[in-house]
Amino acid sequence: MTLALFYIFAAVLVFGALRVITAKNPVHAVLWLILSFFTSACLWILLKAEFLAVSLVVIYVGAVMVLFLFVVMMLDLNFEELRKGFWKFFPVAAVVAAIMLVEMILVLTNRYAQIPGAQLVETGPTVRELGLQIYTTYFLPFQLSAVLLLVGMIAAIGLTIRKRKNTKYQQPGEQIAVKAADRVRVLKMDAEARLEAPQPKPADDQQAQG
Amino acid sequence: MIPTSLNAWVATPEIFLLCSACIVLLFDLFVSESRKQVTYLLTLLVLALTAVLTIQSLQQGLMLAANGASPARYAFSNMYVADPVADFAKIGMVLGVALVLIYGRGYAQERGIFKGELFTLTLFSLLGMMVMASATNFLTLYVGLELLSLAIYALVAMPRNNVRSTEAAMKYFVLGALASGMLLYGLSMLYGATGSLDIYEVASRIIRGEANPMLVTFGTVFVVTGIGFKLGAVPFHMWVPDVYEGAPTLLAQLIGSAPKLAAFVFVLRLLGHGLAALGPDWGAMLIIMAVLSLVIGNLAAIAQKNIKRMLAYSTISHMGFVLLGFLVYNAVGYAASFFYVMTYVITAAASFGLLMLMSRSGFECENIDDFKGLNKRNPWYALMMLMVMFSMAGIPAFVGFFAKLSVLRALVGSGFTWLAIVAVVFSLIGAFYYLRVVKVMYFDEPEADAPVAVGNLDAQLILSANCLLLLALGVFPNQLLTALSYAVKLSMASAAGMMLQ
Repeated sequence: MTLALFYIFAAVLVFGALRVITAKNPVHAVLWLILSFFTSACLWILLKAEFLAVSLVVIYVGAVMVLFLFVVMMLDLNFEELRKGFWKFFPVAAVVAAIMLVEMILVLTNRYAQIPGAQLVETGPTVRELGLQIYTTYFLPFQLSAVLLLVGMIAAIGLTIRKRKNTKYQQPGEQIAVKAADRVRVLKMDAEARLEAPQPKPADDQQAQG
Repeated sequence: MIPTSLNAWVATPEIFLLCSACIVLLFDLFVSESRKQVTYLLTLLVLALTAVLTIQSLQQGLMLAANGASPARYAFSNMYVADPVADFAKIGMVLGVALVLIYGRGYAQERGIFKGELFTLTLFSLLGMMVMASATNFLTLYVGLELLSLAIYALVAMPRNNVRSTEAAMKYFVLGALASGMLLYGLSMLYGATGSLDIYEVASRIIRGEANPMLVTFGTVFVVTGIGFKLGAVPFHMWVPDVYEGAPTLLAQLIGSAPKLAAFVFVLRLLGHGLAALGPDWGAMLIIMAVLSLVIGNLAAIAQKNIKRMLAYSTISHMGFVLLGFLVYNAVGYAASFFYVMTYVITAAASFGLLMLMSRSGFECENIDDFKGLNKRNPWYALMMLMVMFSMAGIPAFVGFFAKLSVLRALVGSGFTWLAIVAVVFSLIGAFYYLRVVKVMYFDEPEADAPVAVGNLDAQLILSANCLLLLALGVFPNQLLTALSYAVKLSMASAAGMMLQ
């Protein structure tokens, strides 16, 4: 069962990853990338590393990819223009890719590169283990890191917030507390007799005075 | 596994400070722009209560020591320690930060930075310093350092329409990040070599020869480099003058005073305890840094016309003295450095305080020429500036003299006589630029007849007390010196006890 699931997820992952680099529309590429992340998270769960899986989804899908989407949608990039030099730079890219491939093969097959003790240790649910560690042994650094993030937030807001003088803000509190008397002013006045229309003064008089 | 093992009560001052910083943060949102005085008073109250809690912790530690027990109380699975060194340093930090706010109130109001963030970020930076002072684990040490630095970067950048302070913030941030990277790289090497993040564990594994010596040495080099950046010692000093000059004077005081105490305890725990076995190695590196700091700090200060830049170079030379105390790697030297830093914090606070009180809106008191004929315009301020300059120059009867003397005594006691001679020669050269300020104040004709801005009455009174304290400590230095040496000795003993476990 696990094996079948693994092959299904792996196939989806490989397909998604291929589509990321072949998709014409960058928004589609980002969406395919989200699918790839999601399926790799599923693979992590199969390996019983649910903390990694959850953080992959929360951090990459939830935060980084959303940011990517924003950037891609907001920037008006001409992707045809970017693709133009592809064949010109292909040889250089091929050399770099070949070097990376050789390096990976060397590392993966080398006896000395195998880290001792790197076998998967079954300790039960990793989230529980991590939680226990974080809230007991590493309680102080964990809390302080939270304070560090808070300071980062205060700094970011403090440095960028600016109140525009000509922006009009709504003040709901005052709007609710308003009374009829504040809006309509009823003036009481005595009835007055109609006055005779005043005689217009000669215009040249006023100019001479002004 | 159970909450009681956290032993959190030991960290009451920090916990109180954290909670009240959050309260100040929220409270400030309900205070209108024109009534930030309320937040200011609340912040001072928080600082006062933190100081009271720290003093209680100090008394508890001293009582334990008097009964023959170890004064060090550990918490949070040995990641936090409250010992007399940490408590003394914390009291100095709280005092230093409170002085920044008291002297800077009028200055900040006139420059539009008297805002809620000023108070909350200052409190958080104090929290970072206090954590650094109590950290016994690389992780806590580093997080405390970052908390301190991040808050100060943001504070320096706060007058964002001012090109100079933005530039200062940028330089400070980039070089600070570089220094943090160096330090972290060194710490990671030490972790790789010893397999532990706990300072005492690292120390005992190095002593038992279980650590890879090559990796430990490399790690030490990077750690010392990081420390050099943070202290502003030559050749890692480039940021200091620019930041002091560009930052609002208020923040130059914050950077130049209390964090030096945090850096002292940081170096004491990291090099003095954790890498005690490598004393000769890092001692040699510190010799180079200390001598270069004395030479370049004192010589470059002579050429300065801007008094903030002059004070920056003078800080560099003072840090050279602090490193001189460290490089003898024994309790006498550490105690001398501790005394030096403690008194330097008070002196630096007074010097920047004077600059701020004499500034007014539209006028920064920052050139040496601004002090011309100060004696004729305001004799009391001239006298106080004289005390600060004499103390920094190390003229007898002022506390700076005894600070320098104790470091020199430690050097000679450990056979570094030639270093002591170098230090004395460059102190003499340094005395020139301090005395030049005094000469300008007393013997030059004033350029302006307008009365000197004197600042708020409360700040004036506290500044006067601060300057008189320099004289008082200079006449009676023994109590403080004895107390600090005792604290350092206790800390060394309890560290040795932890290493044997």
